[in-house]
Amino acid sequence: MGAYAIRRLVLAIPTLALTTIVIFLLIRLMPGDIVDAIVIELAAEGGGGADAVEDSRALIERELGLDVPIFTQYARWLGIAPRADGEVQGILQGHLGLSLRSRKRVVELIAPRLPVTIQLSLMSLAITYAVAVPIGIYAAVRQDTLGDYATRSFAILWLAVPAFWVATMVMVFPALWWGWSPPIFLIPFREDPLGNIGMFLLPAFIMGLASSGGTMRSTRTWMLEVLRQDYIRTAWSKGLGERAVLVRHAFKNTLIPIVTALGIQLPLLIGGAVIVESIFQLPGMGQLLLSAILQRDYTVVSALLLISSIAVVLANVAADLAYGVVDPRIRYR
Amino acid sequence: MMRQRAAQSRFLVFLVRLVTEKPLGAVGGAITLLMLLTGVFADVLAPYGMNDLHMAHTLEPPSAAFLLGTDNLGRDMLSRVIHGARISMIVGLGGAAVSVSIGTVVGMVSGYIGRTFDLILQRFVDTVMSLPLLPIMLTIADLAGPGMLTLILSLGVLTGVAGSRNMRGIILSYKENVYIQAAVAVGCPFRKVLTRHLLPNVMPFIITGYAVVLPGVIISEAALSFLGFGVPPPAPSWGGMLSGPGRDNMFLAPWMAIWPGLALSVAVYGISMFGDAVRDLLDPRLKGGVGSFRMMSDRKAATVRDTQDG
Repeated sequence: MGAYAIRRLVLAIPTLALTTIVIFLLIRLMPGDIVDAIVIELAAEGGGGADAVEDSRALIERELGLDVPIFTQYARWLGIAPRADGEVQGILQGHLGLSLRSRKRVVELIAPRLPVTIQLSLMSLAITYAVAVPIGIYAAVRQDTLGDYATRSFAILWLAVPAFWVATMVMVFPALWWGWSPPIFLIPFREDPLGNIGMFLLPAFIMGLASSGGTMRSTRTWMLEVLRQDYIRTAWSKGLGERAVLVRHAFKNTLIPIVTALGIQLPLLIGGAVIVESIFQLPGMGQLLLSAILQRDYTVVSALLLISSIAVVLANVAADLAYGVVDPRIRYR
Repeated sequence: MMRQRAAQSRFLVFLVRLVTEKPLGAVGGAITLLMLLTGVFADVLAPYGMNDLHMAHTLEPPSAAFLLGTDNLGRDMLSRVIHGARISMIVGLGGAAVSVSIGTVVGMVSGYIGRTFDLILQRFVDTVMSLPLLPIMLTIADLAGPGMLTLILSLGVLTGVAGSRNMRGIILSYKENVYIQAAVAVGCPFRKVLTRHLLPNVMPFIITGYAVVLPGVIISEAALSFLGFGVPPPAPSWGGMLSGPGRDNMFLAPWMAIWPGLALSVAVYGISMFGDAVRDLLDPRLKGGVGSFRMMSDRKAATVRDTQDG
């Protein structure tokens, strides 16, 4: 296990390094006319004079470092080569640069939004599992009955119905019928804990249900395999009741697909957050990303892409390592 | 001629099995066919042009003249939803084709060559798999300019590279077969081993892979168009119709938001059901020998089929 953990972490390093290269290239290889467009847009905000144009071009060249060769740009961005002002400040030092728009540090822009997205993701994960795991187990135990067909159709239905449409419908019909609409401003948890959770409940429910379909299917598939194992037959034959067999012997084994799902869920949660936060006007990272792309604030965009990719890589490593903890039968080479 | 007839009878057998063994899959297949035909014959089926403005009839609820109502510019919703099928189908079929082609080539080469080449290539695959699809697509669409071609290529490449992991796993087991060793032993060149000996054997996986990736591409196109980074207006993309004017007027004219989403849901539901059925019927792991469900009792057969579901 120890050796495996080390090997798995070492293999994650080239992946992380390649991820930084891909994100760097994606942003830096943009066509020159887009740079000009940003300069003009920025200058227009700063008064529009020749000084403003100079000023904004200088900011972009400094932040994106467009005046030096691309290898130097990458090394500076990463934080392994000194910048023009002699300081070594890159992502390795935790320096994500300045926003091209607000000229604030990107870290300051992200910090207040992080808890919103984390709370939304955790609540939607909890809803996914609360819905998917019991239904998946039920469908497996009652395989090929009406209940099984009904719950499986329900799962595929949630895979097919897009979350952004459900969210739109949820905004429209309660408003038309009862004059109710979701709150527009964020209710801080410290001021009104119940109001805060209530506010997140609807978006989290939509996100959670959207990803419950896949989790339900994998739980059911896994449970079907578990139910055919010898130790389940042993449990039955020594006269245990259905409850004891399912809860004590079979349920523990459904932890495997739950752990796998955690690794798969994260990229979906990040994508879902972009959509749901923009519909429900929650001030999270997804909303920040969308507005940063619309405003062509590329230092913010690359920082957000980087953070979410690193989170996905680490989640997958954690899921791989967790198998060994959850299932002692798994032996790593 | 012989080969053509054999292919025809195989297709007939597939159709009969689809209807008898997978009724829900057959319904999905019918929906898929309906969507394809709607896309192809959109110009004939739509009562009005998709961008015809009926300025005297803006935001009208469904009526005899406009079966699904009209939008804020007086455009007929039914005609726009019908034309939306064409956009969804072009992006879906095209994106899935790019995706499966790339997944097959990368997966086959990586799995067959193996060793250091595989180790290094798979780190690239890891990297692409760790990129969150939607945010990356938003960035690409913004930099490359939104449009159907951008969507087809970028969705195809990103999902294709991620999907190559699956094909690599299949190749890893197939390349150990004796007929591959025999082909190598008689001096069959590298490219011929892949195209003549491996490719025909993994063809069922390619077909099922296509059917499985298709609904995902369609949903992604709709989500991106919804956020304003997909197919730009006035083109009637189902996702795009739910945003912009569709959203601004959703309280006055809820039909503007209902129909495109409903069409999208039905299309994706049908194609997913059809894809599942195709996989169950074509997956070679379910055919012949001990694993064949024809040789087992019904109950056990159902278990084996279901284990392939996940």
